[in-house]
Amino acid sequence: MDDFYRELILDHYKNPRFRGTLDPHSFTYEDENPLCGDKLRIDVRLDDTGHVVESAFTGRGCAISQASASLLMEKIQGASLDELRALNKDDVLELLGIDLTPARLKCALLSLKVLKAGAYGLSGESNPDE
Amino acid sequence: MTHSLATCRSDFPILAREAHPGVPLTFLDSGASSQKPESVIRAMDDYYRLHHANVHRGIHVLAEEATALYEGSRDSVQRFINAATRKEIIYTRNATEAINLVAYSWARANLKAGDRIVLTEMEHHANLVPWHILAGQIGVELDFVPVTDDGLLDLDAYARLLTREPKLVAFTHMSNVLGTINPVESLAAQAHAAGAKVLVDGAQSVPHLPVDVQTLGADFLAFSAHKMCGPTGIGVLWARQELLEAMPVFMGGGDMIRKVTLAGFKPNDLPYKFEAGTPAIAEGVGLGAAVDYLTGLGMEAVAAHERELITYALERLEEIPGVRVYGPPAERKGGVAAFTLEGVHPHDIAQVLDRDGVAVRAGHHCAQPLHERFDLAATARASFYLYNTRDDVDRLVVSLYRVKKLFA
Repeated sequence: MDDFYRELILDHYKNPRFRGTLDPHSFTYEDENPLCGDKLRIDVRLDDTGHVVESAFTGRGCAISQASASLLMEKIQGASLDELRALNKDDVLELLGIDLTPARLKCALLSLKVLKAGAYGLSGESNPDE
Repeated sequence: MTHSLATCRSDFPILAREAHPGVPLTFLDSGASSQKPESVIRAMDDYYRLHHANVHRGIHVLAEEATALYEGSRDSVQRFINAATRKEIIYTRNATEAINLVAYSWARANLKAGDRIVLTEMEHHANLVPWHILAGQIGVELDFVPVTDDGLLDLDAYARLLTREPKLVAFTHMSNVLGTINPVESLAAQAHAAGAKVLVDGAQSVPHLPVDVQTLGADFLAFSAHKMCGPTGIGVLWARQELLEAMPVFMGGGDMIRKVTLAGFKPNDLPYKFEAGTPAIAEGVGLGAAVDYLTGLGMEAVAAHERELITYALERLEEIPGVRVYGPPAERKGGVAAFTLEGVHPHDIAQVLDRDGVAVRAGHHCAQPLHERFDLAATARASFYLYNTRDDVDRLVVSLYRVKKLFA
């Protein structure tokens, strides 16, 4: 609990990496947690081999939701579409490096949810985890 | 029953626990649900240890004792809100179910497509969604009284909406976000002059203010036990007897019937007509003990204590740079302070405060349209009750400075 707002999270919240939108993009997706008002949009550009060349996010929300998006953007640089689709909850929690209470898990996982919905949506599929 | 507000904190066992090891608990979330005094906990415990059996119609000692305790609580509630008769005290699951009861029974029998209902922008979802459902099913039209920037109802707009001859006006006595105490008596008088019935959501007012249904002006009043020192799982619908007599039954089952044949049934007398199935007996006993506890303290004294506390809290909060409190000034509101802190999401505020043992709520507090009105996704809310003190306010303020430092 004491490191809930550890330096890494606050740093990514205050100085988000990869913040913005991409035009053109290979896919874009937007979703929200209506209960807390967190909103997130992720844009991704893939190269010819289906690997991430650029990604960006915009949104508003708590430190956990915004920092997790920033950390996730950092992680997926160069990743393949299959790797994006295979990302899971544990990957995000590992990036954050903290134990989350059930109430805050939704904040942390919004970026994953948006990214995977976009990655699956590219081929007209929906995220099988949802 | 002599309790004093100065010492009542020690009546609440939970307030003696630590939030985290070595960190005292500062509970500022009573607007969501209050803590329970020893007398309520003991009444319910005694009930299960010594008196439990199903109520009504039992011809044995436990059934008689359980019935006397459960029905005794109804008498306490009747006195507490000064209802004319115990027949007007309908037990429900909570204030939400009480409002739904009116929407399903009274409204479906009395309203038709095109009839208007006036609500307000500051309503809790419990006083919005039942009417949305009704609008979707029978085609009633909903109008909303706007909220001013100060967090008050726009009374000119209200008067204009009344000219459209609504059949029902339903509004909260006290906003669970802004703390605004609405002028029920004058709002109700205007509504009646326009030919409308009046439903008052008393979930936040009955626990905190003296409420007398003889002077309130409402036709229906809904409230929940768990926000007023009582248990979860029981609430109250009060309505004038003639209205309740004329209303069709709501849920069907045991207790709400006088006689059943294969061809049909005859409903029971009030208040049982609206209470189907085995009721929340222990919870009723707990509600009775809660009402007795509040009566012992005196609701005038409770209201004065909270007025003093919110006045102090607003002073202290507003001196913190970046803090904005929503709602009217202290003299127009109850013990609720919804606020934002510049640059910090309310969830982060609540999470950091929790480390200091300060329990506040963060989110939209079941009032999304109101948050939209103020262009907010969420707020942090500190809500006070009879057991809170100035020390609690001071701990909140100290902890908020810590939040600021962390996110600076």
